[in-house]
Amino acid sequence: MDKKFIYCDNAATTKVSKSVLEAALPYFTEEYGNASSIYMLGQNAAKALLKARETVAEALSAKQHEIFFTSGGSESDNWAIKGMALNGAKSGKKHIITSVFEHHAVLHTCEFLEKQGYEVTYLPVDENGLINPDDVKNAIRKDTCLVTIMFANNEIGTIQPIKEIGAICRENKVPFHTDAVQAIGNVEINVKEMNIDMLSLSGHKIHAFKGIGALYIRGGLSLPNLIHGGAQEKSKRAGTENLPAIVGLAQAVTDATRNIKEKQEIISKRRDRLIDGILKIQETRLNGDREKRLCGNVNISIRGVEGESLLLMLDMFGILASSGSACTSGSLDPSHVLLAIGLPHETAHGSLRLSISEETTDEDIDYILETIPKVVDRLRSMSPLWERICKNEGITGTI
Amino acid sequence: MIYSEKVMDHFTNPRNVGEIADADGVGEVGNAKCGDIMKMYIKVDGDVISDVKFKTFGCGAAIATSSMATELIKGKTIDEALKLTNRAVVEALEGLPPAKLHCSVLAEQAMKSAISDYYKKQGIDPTPIVGDIGDCEECHGCN
Repeated sequence: MDKKFIYCDNAATTKVSKSVLEAALPYFTEEYGNASSIYMLGQNAAKALLKARETVAEALSAKQHEIFFTSGGSESDNWAIKGMALNGAKSGKKHIITSVFEHHAVLHTCEFLEKQGYEVTYLPVDENGLINPDDVKNAIRKDTCLVTIMFANNEIGTIQPIKEIGAICRENKVPFHTDAVQAIGNVEINVKEMNIDMLSLSGHKIHAFKGIGALYIRGGLSLPNLIHGGAQEKSKRAGTENLPAIVGLAQAVTDATRNIKEKQEIISKRRDRLIDGILKIQETRLNGDREKRLCGNVNISIRGVEGESLLLMLDMFGILASSGSACTSGSLDPSHVLLAIGLPHETAHGSLRLSISEETTDEDIDYILETIPKVVDRLRSMSPLWERICKNEGITGTI
Repeated sequence: MIYSEKVMDHFTNPRNVGEIADADGVGEVGNAKCGDIMKMYIKVDGDVISDVKFKTFGCGAAIATSSMATELIKGKTIDEALKLTNRAVVEALEGLPPAKLHCSVLAEQAMKSAISDYYKKQGIDPTPIVGDIGDCEECHGCN
């Protein structure tokens, strides 16, 4: 039997799709002009750039002049937050509202701004990983210059009440930014209906290249530059446009936002089978709301095992996944997201995230469900923590 | 983060996993909050560690360092075992990523803790022999 290779870490990054690669290829060696050049090669590039911008705008129900290409989600988040912070300071508004379980691109940017004299309110999330819009409402002050709340959480996949939060912000005339890196392609997004002022998206989560993304900035909202230089991106974001990546991104956005409902239905069925199957293992729990979650996200805590060893062993069986354990976070603390929903450290260390895609088959799910209990059994059999849990709580058997 | 082949070998095929029912010394270090617990069992014949087993809850490096530490002390005298440092475990594993060095410290502590327990069971104060093992609670990683 060939060694299995089941990629279940699509929330980390995705494989570049054929259609993206094909769309981008001519822009490397044939249409390689600089979009700022006047000759035909340059004009072709400018046309392709405009078309890509229109495509991305359309997918979000935005206008093309509201789309700015960036190097990815982190840059988009940094730009939106630091830009609005700079704007706010001009009128003495130095208060930002975010949540405790944002991506680090948002959290660390906010922490940086705190050091610069800004005040940041970190809203809590409930045990299901959801933000209460009333908390946003109550946190807004006269000096609030920005609310930034993620569309869907990257670890536990919970989808936030973005439309409600957007309405509250609009009512209070506070700009609202959302990091939609995980949501795009999985959830239908309409920036107008959802009252979104700024939205970050990233290419490599939707089968485009790494190093490309975009920031939607609602027309009329003034956002200072993060990167100064040439006149690219309407003089808002300098640097010669990465045209192959931009064309690829537009293709990826088109592919990802086509037939979202159909895709949701197929993937969520497989996701649910995964969740139900893994939860049959004793002493496991699903992290994040069961209903309001991304169609491809599974996040389960498995008591008595540690996440990194679980991942390494799953890798031996050809299953590629992720964890919120400290050992995989680069620090000694487990995932801030899992701690935010109230998990004790030891349970957070034993979390497993599987993020499946449209390429994950029913056979893959069968194989994963056969393999995980074996791996858990093996790790628990050598775990003194599991031994203790069993002894203290009267649990018998290994899985 | 990259693990050496040796680390992956000891993670994939850990040596001396298990328990010793009639162990002469048992040591447990680490805590669940930090994500690492190591438990080591030793059997002592005369002054030789004739058998050693371990159980570990922890990352790949925690399992590999436990496994390597048991290999390095099996069949050695207690004196020889006490000379084993976490550095030696790291070297035997052909290196560990910097963030994982604490796992090797834990392996050294687990081994010393098992030897301490052995002396205690003999009615001997282990402190002058084994020295201060160090306490996981003193590690700054969790603070």
